[in-house]
Amino acid sequence: MAANNDTIGRTITVTVLLCVVCSVIVSAAAVLLRPMQIENKELDRQSNILAAAKIDYAGKDVQKLFAEQIVTKYVNLATGKYVEKPEGYKDSKRAAKEPSLSRALTRSEDIASIKRTANVMPVFLVNKDGQLDKVILPVHGYGLWSTLYGFLALENDLNTVVGFGFYTHGETPGLGGEVDNPKWKALWPGKKIYAEGSMEPKIGLVKGAVDKSAPGAEFKIDALSGATLTSNGVTNLVQFWMGKNGFAGYLSNLKAGES
Amino acid sequence: MSEIRDMIVKPIISNNPIALQILGVCSALAVTTNLKTAVVMTLAVMIVTAFSNMFVSMMRNHMPSSIRIICQMTIIASLVIVVDQVLKAVAYDTSKQLSVFVGLIITNCIVMGRAEAFAMKNPPIPSFLDGIGNGLGYGVVLLFVGFIRELFGAGTLFGFEILPLVTNDGWYMSNGLLLLPPSAFFIIGGLIWLIRTFDTSQVEAPDFVICKNSQKEAV
Repeated sequence: MAANNDTIGRTITVTVLLCVVCSVIVSAAAVLLRPMQIENKELDRQSNILAAAKIDYAGKDVQKLFAEQIVTKYVNLATGKYVEKPEGYKDSKRAAKEPSLSRALTRSEDIASIKRTANVMPVFLVNKDGQLDKVILPVHGYGLWSTLYGFLALENDLNTVVGFGFYTHGETPGLGGEVDNPKWKALWPGKKIYAEGSMEPKIGLVKGAVDKSAPGAEFKIDALSGATLTSNGVTNLVQFWMGKNGFAGYLSNLKAGES
Repeated sequence: MSEIRDMIVKPIISNNPIALQILGVCSALAVTTNLKTAVVMTLAVMIVTAFSNMFVSMMRNHMPSSIRIICQMTIIASLVIVVDQVLKAVAYDTSKQLSVFVGLIITNCIVMGRAEAFAMKNPPIPSFLDGIGNGLGYGVVLLFVGFIRELFGAGTLFGFEILPLVTNDGWYMSNGLLLLPPSAFFIIGGLIWLIRTFDTSQVEAPDFVICKNSQKEAV
């Protein structure tokens, strides 16, 4: 029996059958489980926004809490003004690929290595007693292996960091993947983005432990050990999104009270 | 009956895929920083090994020998993708932690090693059990390594604090090396030594004997 398995016809038949069966199984799994995966992803995104804003969601209904606490608005990056959600806009990731909704960055602008940026980005606002309390901004940029997507939350002075965290990345677990480490994330709150009177982002990651008493310590965060390129990527992406091609225009409008 | 028991129990200590067959060490280094990922990884590998063994064994009489490795890989890869998709749908947080390693089960030598060594020569049910057994053997090592790494590296077990860390105002100074992958080499090496001390039948005869040094060395 084993001998006639090796004929060409037999080989092709077995290959084709095996491939068809396997591809049906794989596609079925992917299609059937997709709604659950999308729901998980959305839930994860919402809980990450809440986490960046330091809103405790443990044991609570994330979707409900998100709907109660967070106001989603859309900002045109070029003008820094609120706009209506553009037609056909699903999320910033997809919009960045759509020529009509995005623009290409020149090499000198593109410090975060993201090539294109959406013209309109969502921002998430937390209001308290009718006053703006926190602003949560989506940020992303290239690390070592992957694009890191995260949220940066700012106090209502629009300069002090409330919280920072990534929700998707593919960095090396244990090294660059330590961006998810709660201890490292705990270094961010209280840090400042801009120096007084300037809209040039000054914040960045530095090698070695940050001396808390040294001048400028409020702009410095410990880099991740063993992950220089991921750390540089994080610095670049924060600098990009807080810079003039990112949210700087919006933030200065917001500061001036017009938006 | 005892045959079935042998198939499941033997790979745990006496024919352990990591400690004796030295297969699948790479992923054992990567996913053992804490016990939770180690447990999920064990389950994933066990399921993939068991089912790939079963399917390969079912096809063993029809597989042309010239393309048998590719056929095995196709089956294994499909199963791994299904496991990955299921994890993403039901255990999203854990699947995020395991990140690429679920996908890399495809390259885990245990899966293919067992398909080629056992499933190609045995009927489906024993092959399935062999897969479960080898998954368990892999799991035992993962849990052993994960236990040491998490306890002494982070002072926790399954995320619960056991040894309060200095950084959290406790007394335990954590060992940072244990959180890095190379530490697992030392622990696995120690485990192999430990097993071979008790089970001397695993000790191989030396390949060669080192000659006595007859020449005087230069001063």
